[in-house]
Amino acid sequence: MKKFGVMALAATLLAGTFASAPLQAEEGKPGGTLVIGTTQKARHLNPAVQSGIATAVPGTQIFATPLRFDENWQAKPYLAESWEIAEDGKSITLNLRKNAKFHDGKPITSEDVAFSLQTVKDNHPFKTMFAPVTAVETPDAHTAILKFAQPHPAAMLAMSGALLPIIPKHVYGDGQDAKSHPANSAPVGSGPFKFVEFKPGQHIILEKNPDYFLEGKPYLDKIIIKNYKDPTSLALATDKGEVTMFPFLASTRDIARLKKNKDIVVTSDGYAAVGPLNWLAFNTNNEYLKHKKVRQAIAYGFDQKFIINALHGGLSKPASGPVAPGSPYYAPDVEKYALDLDKANALLDEAGFKAGDDGTRFTLGLDYIPGSAEMQKSIAEYLKPQLKKIGINVELRASPDFPTWAKRVGGHEFDMTMDIVFNWADPVIGVHRTYICSNIRKGVIWSNTQSYCNEEVDKLLDTAGKELDQAKRIALYQQAQKIIVDEAPQVFINTLPYHTAYNATKLGNPPLTIWGAMSPLDEVYFK
Amino acid sequence: MNILMLVVRRLFHAFLLILAVLVLNFLLIHIAPGDPAEVIAGEMGGATEEMLADIRSAYGLDKPVIVQLGTYLGKALQGDLGQSFFYNAPVLDLVLDRVGATILLVLVALLFAIFVGTLLGVIASHKPKGLVSGLVTLISVIGYSAPIFWTGMMLVIIFAWAIPIFPISGMYDITLSDDLLTRSLDIAHHLVLPALTLGIVYLAQYARLSRASMLEILGSDYIRTARAKGASEISVYGHHALRNAILPVVTIAGLQFGAIVSGAVLVETVFSWPGLGTLAFDSILARDYPTVLGILFFSSLLVIVANILTDLVYRLVDPRIRTGG
Repeated sequence: MKKFGVMALAATLLAGTFASAPLQAEEGKPGGTLVIGTTQKARHLNPAVQSGIATAVPGTQIFATPLRFDENWQAKPYLAESWEIAEDGKSITLNLRKNAKFHDGKPITSEDVAFSLQTVKDNHPFKTMFAPVTAVETPDAHTAILKFAQPHPAAMLAMSGALLPIIPKHVYGDGQDAKSHPANSAPVGSGPFKFVEFKPGQHIILEKNPDYFLEGKPYLDKIIIKNYKDPTSLALATDKGEVTMFPFLASTRDIARLKKNKDIVVTSDGYAAVGPLNWLAFNTNNEYLKHKKVRQAIAYGFDQKFIINALHGGLSKPASGPVAPGSPYYAPDVEKYALDLDKANALLDEAGFKAGDDGTRFTLGLDYIPGSAEMQKSIAEYLKPQLKKIGINVELRASPDFPTWAKRVGGHEFDMTMDIVFNWADPVIGVHRTYICSNIRKGVIWSNTQSYCNEEVDKLLDTAGKELDQAKRIALYQQAQKIIVDEAPQVFINTLPYHTAYNATKLGNPPLTIWGAMSPLDEVYFK
Repeated sequence: MNILMLVVRRLFHAFLLILAVLVLNFLLIHIAPGDPAEVIAGEMGGATEEMLADIRSAYGLDKPVIVQLGTYLGKALQGDLGQSFFYNAPVLDLVLDRVGATILLVLVALLFAIFVGTLLGVIASHKPKGLVSGLVTLISVIGYSAPIFWTGMMLVIIFAWAIPIFPISGMYDITLSDDLLTRSLDIAHHLVLPALTLGIVYLAQYARLSRASMLEILGSDYIRTARAKGASEISVYGHHALRNAILPVVTIAGLQFGAIVSGAVLVETVFSWPGLGTLAFDSILARDYPTVLGILFFSSLLVIVANILTDLVYRLVDPRIRTGG
């Protein structure tokens, strides 16, 4: 934790991410309808069997989790009023609140916690979150003990945000497959807001839960999550006041535009846990890219500063390693690969790829995710002429839509691709998957699609995942990141400039903890 | 009896047509690269192989395309359009929830186009070389040649943004109370721009069509006879000429119904109008085969029903028509 001061200095851009004291939530007053705008279409509303922002935002209002985290990565009581971590790290005891009820009036017991954890373990795509859990013991109705095969510090973050929603056993325990359970589209939870209506692709309506277990909360009467077809129309609607809060705003032009409206505050706080990284990935099976020197040459061959300042209007932040800046596990002192064409050319020569008569050394294809021009397409378009300078001929390959790109990259049918991958709070959840040898799985997107395999890295990540001592754990992750950045299976470019735009004249206590809008909005109120 | 036979025969043709539409589209969408399971995995921010396999087997995606097609058609004939992969809800529910919005948009746009278009055409035919006629021709040419999404965006920029009298997108404001009157007025308010956008394209055609056919008829013998008998100008236009001039308008309206439905897809996308068009767009991007096919099924049905209705209306308007000799 002491590392924060150094980090904040190292990245002045991170201003505001590390508040020295926790924000004091103001006393709110009841009433009002909060309209949240989004361009993400939720498949359903149950985060236990579906990850992603679209389900997480409504899901965290409907379902409560055992813990919540503040803006400084500190665990806070939520459904669990207290907890103990065993000396050996092999169990965590949760003491549940006794007054917590589901929206249908049934009490929440340790049985529901055990059932929810099993459901997540069986159905959620993030297998690493609860893989080490061997059992959940329920000695009484308000005590749940998670047992682990090995120490598993990642469990703490995995019990917050949208990752472990406590779902009612009496609804989901009817033998139907949780992934396609009809209750997913009309859920019963215990969170601050109750389900009212879900019109796929149009809107979600939630209303205040009068029996919420936290006294006097929530303040809002209603939350409406409204779908917009694209960020520009949504930004326009926010500007006009049709939408009171616009989380996950990432288009730099819209950020700049909304900042001009004096009633609207646009903040980058609230995205520390998501850790959204934008990078250029290499297929290390490629005949040229299997050489570390070629990968490093490409890293030296383009200018991260140009991308951030010119293409993103200075609104995105530089990324330099597998863990996003803003996480306690971020490694500040790794090779930053500042633009150096001479070095890049020298490395390519050393690798044995001499330039031909036309100055070209070899040709590589470059893919990118469609529909995200600023973060993907325009960077790819900048890389083409830029890498020409070091003799690499780049052929851009557009995909008509996401499924096409996913098929190509998941199937390892690419040379280089731009990609966006999230950290999801703990490195065990969102970072390990990209680097461990056992996760090279053809046909699975966001697995180890670079086919990068290094036993030393594997070992470091595995040890860090089990390390209970926070300082040691940080050191292990920093060591692993140093190696990964040096080996360059991908080049890190920036974190997505996620912002929340909200009307500050109307709205108090906006969601600025590490989970941002993917956490209960029980303190948000209308002034 | 004759009419009944016509309807039965047309319905049989329609059935074959819908079957062909479904088979063709099923094969077409399967040719597109990408896999619904991967889209769902993408929504989840990644998945394991086991999960992908699970998803594929749950939706029968692990079977050969021909087998999937057979299963689909078999179920469709029993009125079961299957489950949406993406939303995990019955396709029928999703489609029925949206079809009303599309019908409303298409009908309002079509009626607007026919009435205003014909009116403009008639006015233009009165003085074929006059200023009004020139203006109508100009509007027609612009309306007909501008891309529909461009027209939509221009209307948004002018009437929703610069002069904010109409909402930018959507069908109703969810934050308003949902009593019938408030909601209906709100829907009408939201409907103006999309219906205008869709209507303008076709309005131009009706204006040109009715102008041309009015000019042709106004020069014919029986009009001269009517004028010689001293019929008033109103009567000549309304009673004698327009009745005959309207025939091609009806034909084109029927024929164009299909085109209007496809135009509606674009307009819906521009205005986020929650009809079949926006759902189709999203479903194609998600490779949600059952939903895409369900929408195509319904839109084919709409077009076929419209064509049959056109035939019937035509028989009423023009007694000279006798099908089958």
